[in-house]
Amino acid sequence: MLAILDYGAGNQTSVRRALDHLHIPCTVTADPAELHHAWGIIFPGVGAAGQAMRTLCARGLDKSLRTAVGRGQPLLGICLGCQILLEYSEENATPTLGLLAGKSRRFAEHLHQEDGSAAPVPHMGWNSLRVIRDCPLLQGVDSAAEFYFVHSYYAQPAAELVIATTVYGHEFCSVYGRDGLWAAQFHPEKSGRPGLTILANFYRYCEARHAQ
Amino acid sequence: MLSKRVIPCLDVRNGRLTKGIRFSGNEDIGDPVESARRYYEQGADEIVFYDITASAEARSIFLDVVERVAAEIFIPFAVGGGIATVADMRDVLLAGAEKVSLNSAAVCNPQCISAGAEAFGSQAIVVGMDVLAVPPSPAIPSGYEIVIHGGRKRMGLDALAWARRCQDLGAGELCVNSIDADGTKDGYELTLTRSIAEAVTIPVIASGGAGQPQHMLEAVTQGKASAALVASIVHYGQYTIGQCKEYMARHGVKVRLSW
Repeated sequence: MLAILDYGAGNQTSVRRALDHLHIPCTVTADPAELHHAWGIIFPGVGAAGQAMRTLCARGLDKSLRTAVGRGQPLLGICLGCQILLEYSEENATPTLGLLAGKSRRFAEHLHQEDGSAAPVPHMGWNSLRVIRDCPLLQGVDSAAEFYFVHSYYAQPAAELVIATTVYGHEFCSVYGRDGLWAAQFHPEKSGRPGLTILANFYRYCEARHAQ
Repeated sequence: MLSKRVIPCLDVRNGRLTKGIRFSGNEDIGDPVESARRYYEQGADEIVFYDITASAEARSIFLDVVERVAAEIFIPFAVGGGIATVADMRDVLLAGAEKVSLNSAAVCNPQCISAGAEAFGSQAIVVGMDVLAVPPSPAIPSGYEIVIHGGRKRMGLDALAWARRCQDLGAGELCVNSIDADGTKDGYELTLTRSIAEAVTIPVIASGGAGQPQHMLEAVTQGKASAALVASIVHYGQYTIGQCKEYMARHGVKVRLSW
């Protein structure tokens, strides 16, 4: 069973729909006991870092997440959930969870894409990955696969954590993490089959971890 | 770099497609969910549904369609037709759409754009513009006028000025539909598309006139659009979405080819 963290972040329902489609057992929850017993946790997010941190802290979910990671429970952050695993976000100048080293920065205005066209903020649409290092999450994902992004801030984790990058105005980190603690800037739940593969890979990893 | 998007548009009336849609060698389909799934499998980058009834009873049938689509289609999709209030927007977004498309309501009450952007973020708000070519005048200096009700009512509003206003109010995207080109299959109105795309920084979706993949290529090159909306070119099985995208890729446009 996977737990999808419910903190009023908006896209927990679309993540649940994708897991339902994959027949992956899951629950959308903010209950510490349910989070504790889950094989893994998906930490989605849409919205602003400041508000998200306030909600997480008000409900004690920041502690639940820290405890989960401390116990080695697998965790996957998505979009805003990807950014706030780091220590700090330029969005609302927010100290964030600090589960991994790094910070989140805003895309500069007036950047340009490779063909010379403007790269307005937010970065919204389909874009590709350049995989830097192997990761169980990306197993079976075609190297030409693209993913659906919607964001104005991007994660800048410690260099050794970077798994894949994407180019929009400049190269930024789009997947990062370490074994069992991962983050994706794009929305796997809205990225067609390659996105579903990532969710299924996460579940398979959680299942194997749980069986140990 | 972002890929240029191909977006099929489905018109829904009372929960059914308004036009029969035939895919090569396949059944005639009146169910919007079936069609959406087919386009998803053909590599559509997004899908737009227009509820062209938008009566109170039809609305709940339509929301049921949106929920069924969200349970099966894992790409973003937008919903339009009769959406006028933040409550209407919330209904379709909760049912699983990523975006709402505001059309007549935005023209009649521009504040619904800012209210929607504030409540759900600009990325969720598409403004659909129906545009008619007219002789340039002091009121319509660009020679492109905003119309509503399928072109039956002219609004005395310049399309370029309106596009900028929509962006200022918080629209995340503009879908620019040429009433003149719509249904002709002779290609998009490229001058209009390009003029709007150059007047704003938010993405522009070209709409109206696609009859061949070449037209879609033109929309995203000469027209400077970020996406091409398509209807009959794919609905009648003339081309698949994949064929259109392969054509664009062969001509140097970055499109998503793996799905």
